[in-house]
Amino acid sequence: MEAWVSEIPLVVWLAGFLALYMAWGIGANDVANAMGTSVGSGALTLGGAVLVAGVLEFSGAFLAGGHVTDTVRKGMLDMDKVALAPELLVYGMLAALSSAGTLLLLASWKGLPISTTHSIVGAIIGFGSVAFGIEAVAWGKVIQIVLSWITSPLLGGALAFGIFRLIRSLILNQEDPIASARTRGPYFFFVVFFVIGMVTLFKGLKNLHLDFDFATALLLSLGLGVLGFAIGSVFVRRVAAQVAAGEDENRRTRGVERIFVVLQILTACAVAFAHGSNDVANSIGPLAAIVNADVGIDMVKQSAVAPWMLALGGIGIVFGLATWGYRVMETIGRKITELTPSRGFAAELAAAMTIIVASRLGIPVSTTHILVGGVLGVGLARGIGALDLRVVGQVFISWVATVPLAALLSIVFFYLLKALLAP
Amino acid sequence: MSVIANLFGHSPIRPMQQHMKAAVHCAREVLPLVEAMVEGDLPAISACRARIDSLEHRADELKNEIRSHLPQRLFMAMERRDLLEILNRQDSIADVAQDIAELADLRGMHVPPPLAAPLRALAVRSVKTCEQAEEAISRLDELIETGFGKREVGRVEEMLGELARLESETDDLADQCLRALFAVEDELGVATFFWYELIGWVGRMSDHAEAVGNRIRLLIAD
Repeated sequence: MEAWVSEIPLVVWLAGFLALYMAWGIGANDVANAMGTSVGSGALTLGGAVLVAGVLEFSGAFLAGGHVTDTVRKGMLDMDKVALAPELLVYGMLAALSSAGTLLLLASWKGLPISTTHSIVGAIIGFGSVAFGIEAVAWGKVIQIVLSWITSPLLGGALAFGIFRLIRSLILNQEDPIASARTRGPYFFFVVFFVIGMVTLFKGLKNLHLDFDFATALLLSLGLGVLGFAIGSVFVRRVAAQVAAGEDENRRTRGVERIFVVLQILTACAVAFAHGSNDVANSIGPLAAIVNADVGIDMVKQSAVAPWMLALGGIGIVFGLATWGYRVMETIGRKITELTPSRGFAAELAAAMTIIVASRLGIPVSTTHILVGGVLGVGLARGIGALDLRVVGQVFISWVATVPLAALLSIVFFYLLKALLAP
Repeated sequence: MSVIANLFGHSPIRPMQQHMKAAVHCAREVLPLVEAMVEGDLPAISACRARIDSLEHRADELKNEIRSHLPQRLFMAMERRDLLEILNRQDSIADVAQDIAELADLRGMHVPPPLAAPLRALAVRSVKTCEQAEEAISRLDELIETGFGKREVGRVEEMLGELARLESETDDLADQCLRALFAVEDELGVATFFWYELIGWVGRMSDHAEAVGNRIRLLIAD
């Protein structure tokens, strides 16, 4: 074995393995939830969705995954107290990964609606309380995170409702939807390009050393939006001409939906990017904390998460997607064919915008729950035939039950690991 | 497993359309039944009744299935109450067709010659009304797809206008049919009562069809 391999401590190997497993789980389940809507509406084929998800999840994790990772790594615990006994943080974060991993196994075995984000947050609260004392948990931050689990689906829902109402009144609900799409469709392209621009350019590309300030990012994004408008105009004109030539009067909405196919693919990209940047933290946050503590770097002053960790998380997510996620995605796609591209676009754009805001604030949120909020928002705007509100109960259970369960498990694992590994 | 996949309930729209198709099929079978009654062809009447019975049975199955798939927790683009009322009215079309066939078969109804033409005209118009309602029901999925778009709503409203017109024509034809009946009531004796009942039922199919249309009007009102 190479010399450097034996120099890496056992705990880091363990943590790396567990982090990879978590990332695999995120790729296998959460990505499918984020991308399944595009497959369901027929905007993307299964293969296309896997490709888009793979590339953009990885980019999101690698390029913009730092903010939330920092919160998971150190934002939820009082680092002054942690600094007194950094080895406890190592056991604790290992326990958190083990706890979240166990719940992940349980979820895929029993079919429980458990969020990886919620389990990691719960697990950190759990071990943090016993390892460093209740007061070491940064309750202010924790409350902010937990509140965001209610507000983010609400925000996603409200945005989706508004976006779909806008699509309805500006395009679908017009005398001639195709003609309206021809003149108004490009504005939707403008918005989508602008949003994607702001996401990636404003503080989004730190790892590429392209750190634009707000004004520059805004200006560049506006430029991108104008480009999008131009591309959209050409595209919409082409689709509209095809539709006008080929299709019968009665089925014109199908033609309008085709315009939204491209918009939905774009928002699917934005969702995948945002999801990668937010959810990679669930696996990489604890790993980063362990590595930093173990290598003895001053945790409080440590500025960024190492790129190799984000890459590891990104690879894990892509691997999960390739081994299992595509199957889940196929199932979802088959079940939600009622979601047409215009609806899918509204829900996804709303979700992407919400996740992006949360990520910028360094708040770990559940992408799945935000998307549920988005779809419900479209439903409230009379956009979807039938929605099963039992899911709202499931979401509620997921966040009421997952957090204490993860906390309890991580306390058990913490004492176990401490007993096993402490010198 | 996936919350997102579980989020989508089964929309009752397509099953509702199938149910309407079955119910109107029942109504359509009343036309050969009337011909058989005009001929006084008892085996043909029995055959018509058997067909209507099996179609009505199919409609009933569909109805029960739709009802059991409409739990309270389902949140729909159209109101549950309106859909259930539409379903009931659709089902009544099939039920009334079955009543007609049952009476015709059990009593071996042979149409008195002065009644033949008005009864035939009434049946044809009543069935046409039902078919018009079926046409409107068949647009429900388009309505949702367009997000209740103006153009689509306008088209459905046009259909409903035509439906109302057909229904009032049916009413007039039912009046004429009854007038023809009462003109020969002395000769018919007690049979008058049964013909009175049967004519009423043929007209009632179109009443139920119009009620379906009225509920659709509520659905599309924004």
